Amino acid sequence: MSSVPHDHVADDHAHDDHGHGHPYGMMRWITTTNHKDIGTLYLWFSFIMFIVGGCMAFTIRAELFRPGLQIVDPEFFNSMTTLHGLIMIFGAIMPAAVGFANWMIPLMIGAPDMAFARMNNWSFWLLPPAASLLILSLFVPGGAAAGGWTLYPPLSVQAGMGMDLTIFAIHIMGASSIMGSINIITTILNLRAPGMTLMKMPMFCWTWLITAYLLIAVMPVLAGAVTMLLTDRHFGTSFFNAAGGGDPVLFQHVFWFFGHPEVYILILPAFGIISQILPTYSRKPLFGYASMVYATSGIAILSFIVWAHHMFTTGLPTAGILFFMYATMLIAVPTGVKVFNWLATMWKGSITLETPMLFAIGFLFLFTLGGFTGLILAITPVDVQFQDTYYVVAHFHYVMVAGSLFAFFGGTYYWIPKWTGTMYDEKIGKIHFWASFIFFNVTFFPMHFLGLAGMPRRIPDYAQQFADWNMVASVGAFGFGLSQLIFLYAVLKCIRHDGAKAPAKPWDGADTLEWTVPSPAPYHTFETPPVVR
Amino acid sequence: MFRYRFVIGESMADSSRADGAAKRLISALVAGALAAPGVAWAFPEWNFQPPVTTIADQIIGLHDFIFWICVVIFIGVFGVMFYSLFKHRRSVGHQAAQFHENTLVEIIWTVIPFLILLFMAYPATKTILAMHDTTAPDMTVKITGYQWKWNYDYVQDGFGFYSTLSTPHEQIVNQSPKGEHYLLEVDNPLVVPVGAKVRVLITAGDVVHAWWVPAFGVKQDAIPGFVRDAWFRADKAGIYRGQCAELCGKEHGFMPIVVEVKSKDDYAKWLGDQKQKMTAAADDPSKVWDLKDLVAHGGEVFAANCAACHQANGKGVPPAFPPLDGSKVVTGPKSDQIALVLAGKNAMPSWKALSDRDLASVITYTRNSWGNHTGDAIQPAEVKEARK
Repeated sequence: MSSVPHDHVADDHAHDDHGHGHPYGMMRWITTTNHKDIGTLYLWFSFIMFIVGGCMAFTIRAELFRPGLQIVDPEFFNSMTTLHGLIMIFGAIMPAAVGFANWMIPLMIGAPDMAFARMNNWSFWLLPPAASLLILSLFVPGGAAAGGWTLYPPLSVQAGMGMDLTIFAIHIMGASSIMGSINIITTILNLRAPGMTLMKMPMFCWTWLITAYLLIAVMPVLAGAVTMLLTDRHFGTSFFNAAGGGDPVLFQHVFWFFGHPEVYILILPAFGIISQILPTYSRKPLFGYASMVYATSGIAILSFIVWAHHMFTTGLPTAGILFFMYATMLIAVPTGVKVFNWLATMWKGSITLETPMLFAIGFLFLFTLGGFTGLILAITPVDVQFQDTYYVVAHFHYVMVAGSLFAFFGGTYYWIPKWTGTMYDEKIGKIHFWASFIFFNVTFFPMHFLGLAGMPRRIPDYAQQFADWNMVASVGAFGFGLSQLIFLYAVLKCIRHDGAKAPAKPWDGADTLEWTVPSPAPYHTFETPPVVR
Repeated sequence: MFRYRFVIGESMADSSRADGAAKRLISALVAGALAAPGVAWAFPEWNFQPPVTTIADQIIGLHDFIFWICVVIFIGVFGVMFYSLFKHRRSVGHQAAQFHENTLVEIIWTVIPFLILLFMAYPATKTILAMHDTTAPDMTVKITGYQWKWNYDYVQDGFGFYSTLSTPHEQIVNQSPKGEHYLLEVDNPLVVPVGAKVRVLITAGDVVHAWWVPAFGVKQDAIPGFVRDAWFRADKAGIYRGQCAELCGKEHGFMPIVVEVKSKDDYAKWLGDQKQKMTAAADDPSKVWDLKDLVAHGGEVFAANCAACHQANGKGVPPAFPPLDGSKVVTGPKSDQIALVLAGKNAMPSWKALSDRDLASVITYTRNSWGNHTGDAIQPAEVKEARK
């Protein structure tokens, strides 16, 4: 991809001192404009939200362990499913992706920092208040939003003030995402090192560039949807109220016009990380770089014309259904191209199976499985049976957990030597992978059966023929959740420098710019741009 | 085409199922491991409910067709990956090749999946067109979703009724053993004749619901303010069970759908009974009821219609569902309360679909229960007057 002269590395050692030019303690983190600090903040915030959302998943799975109501009441259960979704999407996965972008994009393109360093600080510090609003909403009269993360009216219009806090939180998180995206686009388009043309960029930068455009396109749409919801709730408008000339289904159209590109926002950065990891441990360049760029762009463009496949049972006109079914099926083509290119990258390589590679292979295997169930769901008549059942729950957890989350785990192990200067413990990493892989499948594979057998999603209690698989899924969920403590341990071990000292380039197959600076990466890097030939 | 079928239907679901869950699971796993595709599964937990309409049958066929194509591709693709993982390892001394581009293979693996998709799209399109053909029905039923019950209105015959969950509360809170059709049973099922093309007009009175009967292959959102339609023609008499499939609030998991498909003769008999009942139920509006009778009947109406929100103890779930116990409306002027119940307010729908006697009774009940002791006995005639 890019070959790099090594003579500038010596210059960077002059700045290896973390001690000058910034405040210490809390103020360092509050006032920081450094892309590495902000990347770290994003990643820790994301992990904390992952734990919070995970506790909500625990509550859900505990209630569903067996039939009957035993732990929580149905309204609270609905709040749990709603907040679990919102927190995992907006609090865990998206900030994790932005964290990786902050840390790695400047290092990968040879830039000294992000283009708008102060705005970068603001983008991050909007998130904790937004997350606090969401969590606070659990304690207000009437409880948190309980209409599902999709917030469909009129149910969301009925809800108490928890819904208003949720709407406000979404507005804030949207603003944060838009600013982050502007920053990433500007950085990539303007701050690349001399000689690094767009088509020489590491694939992670490409997928993030495309993701950032998607974010700018759709976050305002979500903001519009929830604003209309807010005015319907409090200011007497009737956007979604048939009695006033509105239409509840309008919300669904607007929401999913945001919502479908959103799922690619969640997965494209993960694609990028996988495209860095697989060539490194196959010791072979990424196969079909150009077609990977085109396929990613194709997926992004198609994502704008498939939204109504989330609404096949709302009673769309026949022609509309056919259009959205065909468009949705078409997404399988560029996604297939990506999977085939990844396999071709591994083919005839010299493969080793370090933890990041294990997560990448786990990603490939399980994400593809989730892609196939996506194709099955695209077939409208079949979707009519599966819509709002556990089959859908299984499908999106295969692409979001085994997809995005596994890629982020892989990315963390891959880059943590660069972040901390200490190698992670390979044995602990492998235990973490295998525990996650096995418990993930124990949790989510049975949900396909539940969906086939007809269990609706978002119900706190179920008929007896669903009892067995729910019990299995609950056991798996607890195992999966606890396995993440292994991850925390592995990360803390690196941060405490308990492990082998990392060289500048611990992976012999890696060839991107971040491996030309020392480990840990100095506070300031590439103050003189490297030259890429 | 492969097709799994269950050999044992609903009778399989025994009441001790939950207790023996672990044991059953082991046997299920063993059965699953032994059974080859195409062999009948013994457990209804694995797969679609047996279809009783042509559409549901087509859907399963379509699913199985695409499922097996996916399985074959999956095995092929990951066969290649695992081959590579074993043969192209550094630990077995494999040297990395350096190729990284080939336009021809890129074209091949773009075009071939596209052709496979065309192959899938054709049968799917045919089924969609059939599903949407609601013309020339033999009968029409209007279905309205409410929080949290269904209303079935036989528009051509001029009668209708509500259908609510009949599973006792004690079973839900684990105070008594769960029945065979736990959470999938209702007081009044939708009844239709076998072999008739039934067109259903679906709407909702409050929030979005979805009417779903898996064995019919029908799932249609019920959207307040809009009417959607769907159709089914059940080929076999029997009882078919489904659930609301769109999150509709607190009791979303507790508003099942039960459809009883009767033979032509049984249906005609049932229809006659229903019409007779409707005539009998049309009470003499000028009859004066005493307080005790009104409260007794009102308690039943309350339990079926009001308790889900306002709770059996009248305390409600504030702020969405206000308490009635000590409420200013309930203890205030009775005309205001009658007007509110007829018109609805905020989350509360209009209840004018209930009969004068039901409304008079339930209003009387709320005014004379818990801490409320107004002593008012509201007469059906007063409700009738208020409707004008």
